[in-house]
Amino acid sequence: MITLSWLYAFAGLIFAAYAVLSARDRTNGKRFGNAAFWALLALSFLGGDRLGDLGNGLLLLCLVGLAGFGALGRGLPRTTGPEEREALSARHGNRLFLPALVIPASTLAGTLLLKDSGLFDPKQVTLLSLGMGVVIALIVACIWLRPPPLAALEEGRRLMDSIGWAAILPQMLAALGAVFALAGVGEVVGGLAGRILPDGNLFAAVAIYALGMALFTIVMGNAFAAFPVMTAAVGLPILIRGHGGDPAVVAAIGMLSGFCGTLMTPMAANFNIVPVALLELGNRNAVIKAQLGTALPLLAANLLLIYLLAFR
Amino acid sequence: MTNWLLLSGIAVVVIGFLLRLNPLPVVAAAALVTGLSAGLDPVAIVSAFGRAFNDNRYVNLIWIVLPVIGLLERYGLQQRAGALIARLRGATAGRLLLAYLIIRQGFAALGLTSIAGHAQTVRPLVAPMAEAAAARERPLLDRDSRDRVRAFAAATDNVGLFFGEDIFVAIGSILLIVGFFAQNGITLAPLQLSLWAIPSAILALLIHGTRLLMLDRRLGGPGGR
Repeated sequence: MITLSWLYAFAGLIFAAYAVLSARDRTNGKRFGNAAFWALLALSFLGGDRLGDLGNGLLLLCLVGLAGFGALGRGLPRTTGPEEREALSARHGNRLFLPALVIPASTLAGTLLLKDSGLFDPKQVTLLSLGMGVVIALIVACIWLRPPPLAALEEGRRLMDSIGWAAILPQMLAALGAVFALAGVGEVVGGLAGRILPDGNLFAAVAIYALGMALFTIVMGNAFAAFPVMTAAVGLPILIRGHGGDPAVVAAIGMLSGFCGTLMTPMAANFNIVPVALLELGNRNAVIKAQLGTALPLLAANLLLIYLLAFR
Repeated sequence: MTNWLLLSGIAVVVIGFLLRLNPLPVVAAAALVTGLSAGLDPVAIVSAFGRAFNDNRYVNLIWIVLPVIGLLERYGLQQRAGALIARLRGATAGRLLLAYLIIRQGFAALGLTSIAGHAQTVRPLVAPMAEAAAARERPLLDRDSRDRVRAFAAATDNVGLFFGEDIFVAIGSILLIVGFFAQNGITLAPLQLSLWAIPSAILALLIHGTRLLMLDRRLGGPGGR
């Protein structure tokens, strides 16, 4: 059966190739910094389970050190220029979309059809289907377009270098969340929210719950971390047990209040910071700025929804 | 007795982001001071940090799509996406992104969250399409306006995902809620939770959709700013 470790090995080999290609790339003044960064990431994917906890921690500190001391540059592998691309796009036509659409189509089909096939680990069927889609798309594109050898890896490296250290920020923030949980940060924040609660005022209690979900999500970058803390401190004892609120309404809309916080925080790096790199935006907070106007009214609406729907 | 020092890590993160320092060392420092104020020794902190990093490797798997996307870009995928939209009459950046919002939210509500995303769809398709639609009316689209259109493309993907996925009964957040309440002696059916996610989903569509249609006006007229 194909499991997640196959996909980790695949990703590890790709990053190992980026490391080798980076080391050979003389267009990048910091080529050995990039090579070391991608090599460490390759090691994490290929051997992370055998490095031990301390080994993984030290690997992570090396990645942090490389990023912190500005050791990463940007390689410029040979690719096509804008005019060439216009011409190529006119020549190949709309069929160019086909390989790109293979990835979502395979993810969709695999998730729906291969769950009980015994071929894929059923718990990871979506990610594995995504991996399958990438392999199929690569094969289709290589047969049809006949690119030079290594072109796919060089183009992948070009995009990866443009993302740079931001690539591992989401994973690091998830790890920070684990350290926060181990240290008991959530209990302190929850206690704080419980303490500023005025007695008996239902609307104020709903407001503290909804706004607290959003605020704590902004801090942690993840509504999943905020939910147990805020619900144990305010939602369950006061809204549900104290005022008789419907637990399904409080929980469902409470979680979505947290998602409004996710739209407003750089800590949710994979949603808000990584696209800035991917889309080559000038301002690091450009995506968050575009989302504020949606997140704030939606948070207010969620607050009102809990107040109006949970206590009928 | 509350140990307020435990919040020092949060302070480190906030200050680091405000000063626009490189986030990786900031996050590592936040983990360190939080662990120290909880009385952990440095080796235990680094180990816990490394273990969690290793457990979360799947977050980084999405980068395996980049060789495909990069290869297709080499052959003009983004130009093709732009050309397709440029020929479509009546297509504006706002209307196009509104259509994407509806599709993204709809698929997420069916539990199909990974079929789209910033690497798979926004960079290669949605952003260039929206940009081409904006540039069609405004040949002199300046860099600020172009960046704004791109940022809205990313924002639209996020809003569609977040406020669609909770309508699906087997998504992580729903399972987390059910588990939390089970521990506290309250039985919740996943279906109840996904039904109560619908009012917020509709409001998200209305609020963000309205802003998308307003985006066309804010970008200004032909050649405008």
